[in-house]
Amino acid sequence: MIKVEGLGKSFKVAKRTEGLRQSVRSLFHREYTTVQALKDISFSIEPGEIVGYIGPNGAGKSTTIKIMSGILVPDQGSCSIMGYTPWKERVAYVKNIGVVFGQRSQLWWDVPVIDSFELLRDIYKVAPQDYKQNVELLVETLHLQDILYSPVRQLSLGQRMRCEIAASLIHSPQILFLDEPTIGLDAVSKLAVRQFIKTINKEKGITVILTTHDMNDIEALANRVILIGRGSLLFDGNLNELRSKFGTQKTIVADYQQNVNPIQIPNASIVSWTPERAILNVDTNKAVISEVITQLSDQLELIDVSIEGKPIEEIVLQLYKEYQI
Amino acid sequence: MKTYYSVLRLRLKIGLQYRTAAWAGIATQFFFGIIQIMVFEAFYQHSAHTPPISLKELITYLWLQQAFLAFIMLWFRDNELFNLITSGNIAYELCRPAGIYGYWFARLLSQRLSSAFLRCFPILLIAFCIPEPHRMTLPPSWTSFVLFLSALVLGLLVLVAISMFIYISVFVTMSPAGSTLIFAVVGEFFSGIIIPIPLMPEWLQKVTGWLPFHLTADFPFRVYSGHIPPPEAAMGVLAQIIWLVLLVGTGMFALKKVLRRVVVQGG
Repeated sequence: MIKVEGLGKSFKVAKRTEGLRQSVRSLFHREYTTVQALKDISFSIEPGEIVGYIGPNGAGKSTTIKIMSGILVPDQGSCSIMGYTPWKERVAYVKNIGVVFGQRSQLWWDVPVIDSFELLRDIYKVAPQDYKQNVELLVETLHLQDILYSPVRQLSLGQRMRCEIAASLIHSPQILFLDEPTIGLDAVSKLAVRQFIKTINKEKGITVILTTHDMNDIEALANRVILIGRGSLLFDGNLNELRSKFGTQKTIVADYQQNVNPIQIPNASIVSWTPERAILNVDTNKAVISEVITQLSDQLELIDVSIEGKPIEEIVLQLYKEYQI
Repeated sequence: MKTYYSVLRLRLKIGLQYRTAAWAGIATQFFFGIIQIMVFEAFYQHSAHTPPISLKELITYLWLQQAFLAFIMLWFRDNELFNLITSGNIAYELCRPAGIYGYWFARLLSQRLSSAFLRCFPILLIAFCIPEPHRMTLPPSWTSFVLFLSALVLGLLVLVAISMFIYISVFVTMSPAGSTLIFAVVGEFFSGIIIPIPLMPEWLQKVTGWLPFHLTADFPFRVYSGHIPPPEAAMGVLAQIIWLVLLVGTGMFALKKVLRRVVVQGG
């Protein structure tokens, strides 16, 4: 469904220098630096997948989304989505996709949400019957009953985001691009949004590509992750694969009844130790977690134990080091 | 077509929300109309030779200017479009299955229509009712009136086509203030809003003739008052159509150019 090959994009950025004299000089002579936003990105996505597209800030996530939705023109590479090249056949292509940019708004600020929906209906030439059905479904699943007739400026961020997502689905697209759909939302709204994405993926078979910084989004939704950093593709595959490949370090936090004797655990390094609490690092390639815990409970009277995998952000940092970028 | 109609409807709805602004606008424009008429009246009384346009025609000209201000002012702008470009929300406009040029053209057109729709009738009503000699007059013939209507509509389209270049230029400059100011100052002067074109010196009138601006404001209003007789007016309408095709053509081309290298601002 989506095939991206060797995608590259660079931006020319005017150098701004410090000081007034330099600024005056730059009026006449501008120096530019080229920022390579994307380098040789290739992947393909099958219909019905939910793919999490992750990476740190400035990695090139949004740029990729923008190229895939026909907004930006890449310098190199090809991209074929449902047989279209997005930036070449933009108008014909975008009928088939929905896009949500979490940091932007597509709703008209001064008028009720329903008016924006109706405008979109006419822009996308949605048949009245389909429109009615879609809106009913969206209103029901995203709980929009009470806010449909309020002006957008009076909505909270969570309410607005639900409307934004609904607005992107009025024309029943086959692919949905979500660029940080949960940014700034509280836990309840995040859950609602996640649940909704799952539902439409399952029931309508919509292919979803989402970028996010919230790893819980990825864990809840995506069976596949594509990780990029500084414009290059670092990893493409299953989330658990990523974990097992790079996230073998586990942190064990143990609380116990006061114990003055320091503990001895083979194959685990002790990060910190107090008479009530110990934090250990375990590499799952070298030790089995259950054994470490057994040893802990042998030596101590445990009150509470928690095991944490390495946060994905740290995995990404580790990957950076590994790839030296 | 339905898209454009929807944009128009939505714009009208937004325009109608700002009733106070509309009333304030009517008051301001009425005030300015009176002041301008009085200024020119004073000039005319002390003029040594016969002016090229009669006071009666001029008064009608000025009232029409005020009533259709939204049709002729280049500074009349859609800040939301500027925000779209400078903040990067343009991203959303670009993933719609519609040509941006047509969509924005409709948007700008409807903004002007909704604004004029709210304001022109009360102003015209007052202008027809106030006592002589400041009263507005009817056009000399039906032909003039019909020609005036087509000239007004075409003039509006030409104006919107010109104003599209303001928005296109913002893609490059990223600052709406400069573009608007240049377009507004140059455009308003050459469209006869500051000094009616018949009162300009001969050479300046020639210059304005070569520019499209006079077709937006000066031309329709002079057709109404009969200062431009019907045969000449028909030629003017033809000129409007040619300019419109030219401006829309170059505008579409320029927009395509800037969109190819568009940078979506802000992440």
